[in-house]
Amino acid sequence: MKATGRFVLLVIMVALVLVACTPQTPAAPIELRVLTHDSFAASEEVIRAFEQENNVKLTFLPSGDTGSALNQAILTKNAPLADVFYGVDNTFLSRALKEEIFEPYNSPLLAQIEDAFKLDPQNRALPVDYGDVCINYDKAYFAEKNLPLPQSLADLTKPEYKGLLVVENPATSSPGLAFLMATIAAFGEDGYLDFWRQLKANGVVVVNDWETAYYTNFSASSGRGPQPMVVSYGSSPPAEVIFAEQPLEEAPTASLVGENMCFRQIEFVGILKGTQQRALAEKFVDFMLDVRFQEDLPLQMFVFPVNRNAQLPEEFVRYAQIPAKPATLDPALIAEKREAWIEAWTQVVLR
Amino acid sequence: MLTVENIHKHYEGKPLLRGVSFEVGAGETVCLLGASGSGKSTLLRIIAGLEEAESGRVLWEGHDLRGVPVHERRFGLMFQDYALFPHRSVAQNVAFGLRMQNLPPAQIEQRVQEVLRRVNLNQFADRRVTDLSGGEQQRVALARALAPRPRLLMLDEPLGALDRALREELGQFLREVLHESGVPAIYVTHDQEEAFMIADRLILLHEGRVAQDGSPSRVVQQPASVWVARFLGLTNLLPGRVVNRQPLTVQTEIGVFCPVDCAEPPALNEAVTLLIRPGGLTGASADEQFNTFTAEVRDVIFRGEGYRLTLASGGHNLSFHVPQALPAGWQGRLAVQPEALWCLRQGEHNGDD
Amino acid sequence: MNFFSTAPAARRSPEGQPPASAIWQALALWLAPLAFLIIFFFVPLGSILSVSARGLITDGLSPAAAERLGRALGFTFYQAALSTLLTVLVGLPGAYVFARFDFPAKRLLRLLSTLPFILPTVVVAAAFNALIGPRGWFNLLAMEWLNLPAPPFNLLNSLAAILLAHVFYNTTIILRVVGSAWEQLDPRLEAAARVLGASPWRAFREVTLPLLRPSLLAAALLVFLFDFTSFGVILLLGGARYATLEVEIYIQALHLLNLPLAGLLSLVQLLCTLLLTVVYTRVASRLNIPLTPRLHGEGAAAPVSLRQKLLVGGVVLVLFTLLVLPLTALAARSVARLEPARGQRGGFESGLTLDYYRELFVNRRGSLFYVPPIEAARNSLLYAGLTVGISLALGLPAAAALSRRSPLNRLLDPLLMLPLGASAVTLGLGFILTFNRPPLEARSFPLLIPIAHSLVAFPFVVRTLTPVLNSIPLNLRQAAAVLGASPLRVWLEVDLPILARAALVAAIFSFTISLGEFGATSFLARPEYPTLPVAIFRFISQPGGLNYGQALAMSTLLLLVCGLGIALLERVRLPEERSL
Repeated sequence: MKATGRFVLLVIMVALVLVACTPQTPAAPIELRVLTHDSFAASEEVIRAFEQENNVKLTFLPSGDTGSALNQAILTKNAPLADVFYGVDNTFLSRALKEEIFEPYNSPLLAQIEDAFKLDPQNRALPVDYGDVCINYDKAYFAEKNLPLPQSLADLTKPEYKGLLVVENPATSSPGLAFLMATIAAFGEDGYLDFWRQLKANGVVVVNDWETAYYTNFSASSGRGPQPMVVSYGSSPPAEVIFAEQPLEEAPTASLVGENMCFRQIEFVGILKGTQQRALAEKFVDFMLDVRFQEDLPLQMFVFPVNRNAQLPEEFVRYAQIPAKPATLDPALIAEKREAWIEAWTQVVLR
Repeated sequence: MLTVENIHKHYEGKPLLRGVSFEVGAGETVCLLGASGSGKSTLLRIIAGLEEAESGRVLWEGHDLRGVPVHERRFGLMFQDYALFPHRSVAQNVAFGLRMQNLPPAQIEQRVQEVLRRVNLNQFADRRVTDLSGGEQQRVALARALAPRPRLLMLDEPLGALDRALREELGQFLREVLHESGVPAIYVTHDQEEAFMIADRLILLHEGRVAQDGSPSRVVQQPASVWVARFLGLTNLLPGRVVNRQPLTVQTEIGVFCPVDCAEPPALNEAVTLLIRPGGLTGASADEQFNTFTAEVRDVIFRGEGYRLTLASGGHNLSFHVPQALPAGWQGRLAVQPEALWCLRQGEHNGDD
Repeated sequence: MNFFSTAPAARRSPEGQPPASAIWQALALWLAPLAFLIIFFFVPLGSILSVSARGLITDGLSPAAAERLGRALGFTFYQAALSTLLTVLVGLPGAYVFARFDFPAKRLLRLLSTLPFILPTVVVAAAFNALIGPRGWFNLLAMEWLNLPAPPFNLLNSLAAILLAHVFYNTTIILRVVGSAWEQLDPRLEAAARVLGASPWRAFREVTLPLLRPSLLAAALLVFLFDFTSFGVILLLGGARYATLEVEIYIQALHLLNLPLAGLLSLVQLLCTLLLTVVYTRVASRLNIPLTPRLHGEGAAAPVSLRQKLLVGGVVLVLFTLLVLPLTALAARSVARLEPARGQRGGFESGLTLDYYRELFVNRRGSLFYVPPIEAARNSLLYAGLTVGISLALGLPAAAALSRRSPLNRLLDPLLMLPLGASAVTLGLGFILTFNRPPLEARSFPLLIPIAHSLVAFPFVVRTLTPVLNSIPLNLRQAAAVLGASPLRVWLEVDLPILARAALVAAIFSFTISLGEFGATSFLARPEYPTLPVAIFRFISQPGGLNYGQALAMSTLLLLVCGLGIALLERVRLPEERSL
């Protein structure tokens, strides 16, 4: 019986100790809060430098994937969680603009950015980086089988590629959605469903998320799956080199970058409406668009900088392919049709 | 009918049963008597088939029961604390064994009524067993065990959990029911009073063996060993030596006793233990050569029909039942009747203490 | 005294209205758990649902949306029922073997069988892939031995994979909950039935099963609810063709930004949970049978006969294959290098390596979000410890209140299970919406994460404790009260010691739920305090062999941390066993 008492006491004490040990946030000079998605990454050195120069403490709030982070920004727009929101992309952009969560900011650094990236004329959302969702292929597989590479999306329906492609569900995955957009851009709103019907007949494998597609189904990843082609990013081949188990001379994978085969995702940053730190927020947006941060981007998040003055790291120069003519769609059209496209796709491919 | 042959069993690495053999005849109630932990319950479980002996056999009417599963042995077992099914009513508990025989419902109903009436519980049929008192639960357990008409009934300390008055009353009741039903029964207890009340025959278990097997009166009159004597509450035990075989004469520290009765005659000069039964004390005349001793009265307790005297003599404590008391502190010579003497040999089976 | 009198003695308080003081006592016990549920569950849930309702009222429900809902609802029930059935079929023999037999490595197997519960689905997918995937070693061995051109097992992306994963995750609930009840069940009841002529199967069906039914039902309900709200397993292992309500909610809320439909789906899911719980409560109250509690370990013996040995061996083998093998495959893969030889597809240059573990300790890219493994483990343990504390502190009074007869219980009991049926996505958004400003600001109040974990753990704690509390005979408590113990003392001296085993089970579940939870954490996590699952996700969301290896290494660390935690929890109780 005494032991019971001791047990209870122990539990209480452990709980108390744990409470006492919970680290407290140290007081910061001025706090600037950045709402972002879970994939956000940056070098500590770069961030600390910004903090010191501006006597600011940056707090990042990773809030799930792009959709859930945007959702949180929208749900709390009357009492914003943060001062700046980074991570909304061109497939979600119209939604963010429609909900009016951003304040416009005409950053001087916009001058260093190609106009093609600036999708919001009012500059409420400012482009930061881009990446191309492309089909990655297993180089060894194609070499071994002596199989020619598909030259267009239409080629994928040919019998020699039967069962060789794994894609993500556009309803649950951001690259999956981007790839669907690429097919819509390539075949038009009238033709894309036919293409998917043929693709389905040709044994396309659909999974729900990038992790499963890449690590379970893709044959060139560590998962060693059955499909030698996967919908991934143009930056995945350099990542395979950088994160190789043993130093590699050559990437085991490459991207198919033919015309309209890739869809370009552009990520934006914006100052959240109602911020108390407008001046600091502007400085941070400038910082994100400036060369130092832009050059840090590729190796942290595996995306490409939009600032034309930023230099790419060597691995990117060597292994990343940038499609000359990526597929693009008008954000307004995306905003209007996104759900209908996904629904129609679901009916055709999954049911 | 039931034959138990040379049963061996270990429990947690220690020998528990070391060659137990006995028989139970038709209509006979046999009491297995022994200290707690002597393996009585285990023996019942082996007979029931709930446990397997490491060696030895259990036979029913000459047929080895090895390989016959528990539920096909048609033995009844009344568990210590009864093990009534808490999710079933009194009647459902009693009907359980009958249902297992796939009898027609009407017949089951009739038999349940009959048995419940026999144990005076017919009013309780629909009650939850968890709402019953200990005595009532005991009777439900008895009814449940009897209902399927077992070939043999085993009862494991059935009165153990009850208070004294209830024990007396239920003991009588059990005795009646057992004799009336004519079922051979094995009754396990650690309480000798209870055993005397119920048993046609006593089997005393000690250190994994049968220490004695016989009628209650015989076991009390002629215990087979010092342990049996002690276990039955016969405490007047004196170490002695055989000084004459014909008639058997035993010399002890407090005097010489003759003639002494015994089961098998010891050798001359053999070290033996002399038992003086508590009823045999008389006064002594000064010139008697045998069966007298000097003692001091230590304690006198009134016992209803008489007194119990506790005497000190030569460093030994002896106690006797007498019709008339001596005052405490009295000193003098006393004698015992020769019929009260019993000689115990100290063979290997008697090695106690 | 005439004991043959047929007049029933009053041994229980007569059925009927409890005295007013009992209601106040019950209310006092309910106070903390209810306040907790209201603040941290009903308010956030209500806030998000009201936002959705507004949208639904203005826009209405499209036929396509109604069809989606119907389809998801049907599939959710179908797969949950099937999964629960399979889990019970696998778990029940296991519970029996754990309760009635002693065998080598029993404790270890019990500990290992708890570990699947904590694994993030991403990692389970990787583990299954390593085992039964197209290039997993089941397939590799089969191809080698049977000389097959293609992998014979193709389980991934199928209903079979979903069922397998659900069994993998939830068998431990049956093992623990039913196992502990079985251990306390007097083995003589079954023996009595056998002596009365019941075959082993019949004795099980007529005696053991009815007596186990309360815990079996409680465990099955928990399993069902877990399967019912299953999310990661369906999403990652089932492939794109299957969607449960929870998956639909996730798609609608976070990808299509259709909050009204997501809210409606959440509401349907909640109502189903409520309905199930109400039915369960009705059934369970009829089954409630007081049993004399037995001490732990009594009745467990080494298997003797050949049949018993075969049974124990078989059950252990099945549990090992199903629950331990994938974990082993995972751990093995985290120290094995499977680099393909240059230019040759499929060839392996295998070897052992600790590179992945070494790499965990290096912040190679100088990232701001680098997670040192020790710190992640510390944070995870911290949150898990707090979750155990909070959920037990709230669960014990709630279970105590439930075990009293009070009109309040009928009303409140089903509400307790609701957190299990709430969509993590919806609740997460509700948290963001509600805990938006100080002092309960989601982002700066570190207790919010263990609180969110406790919400999930709380129904578990209550469900595990209540059947055991109900089985304590009233007279034990009355005996203590007559001996001069105050109600609190009675509870501490009578109920608690008997509860200790169930409390341990509850603590282990709370602990594992917290360690493995990723849903709530991903909404509320603060980058300063990353947990192990968050760290695993960081690795596996980027390409590259090293990332994959590190994710597996981190998962193995998570397994180790959890295993150690459970072993420690089990140890805390040991002196108790001796003193009882």
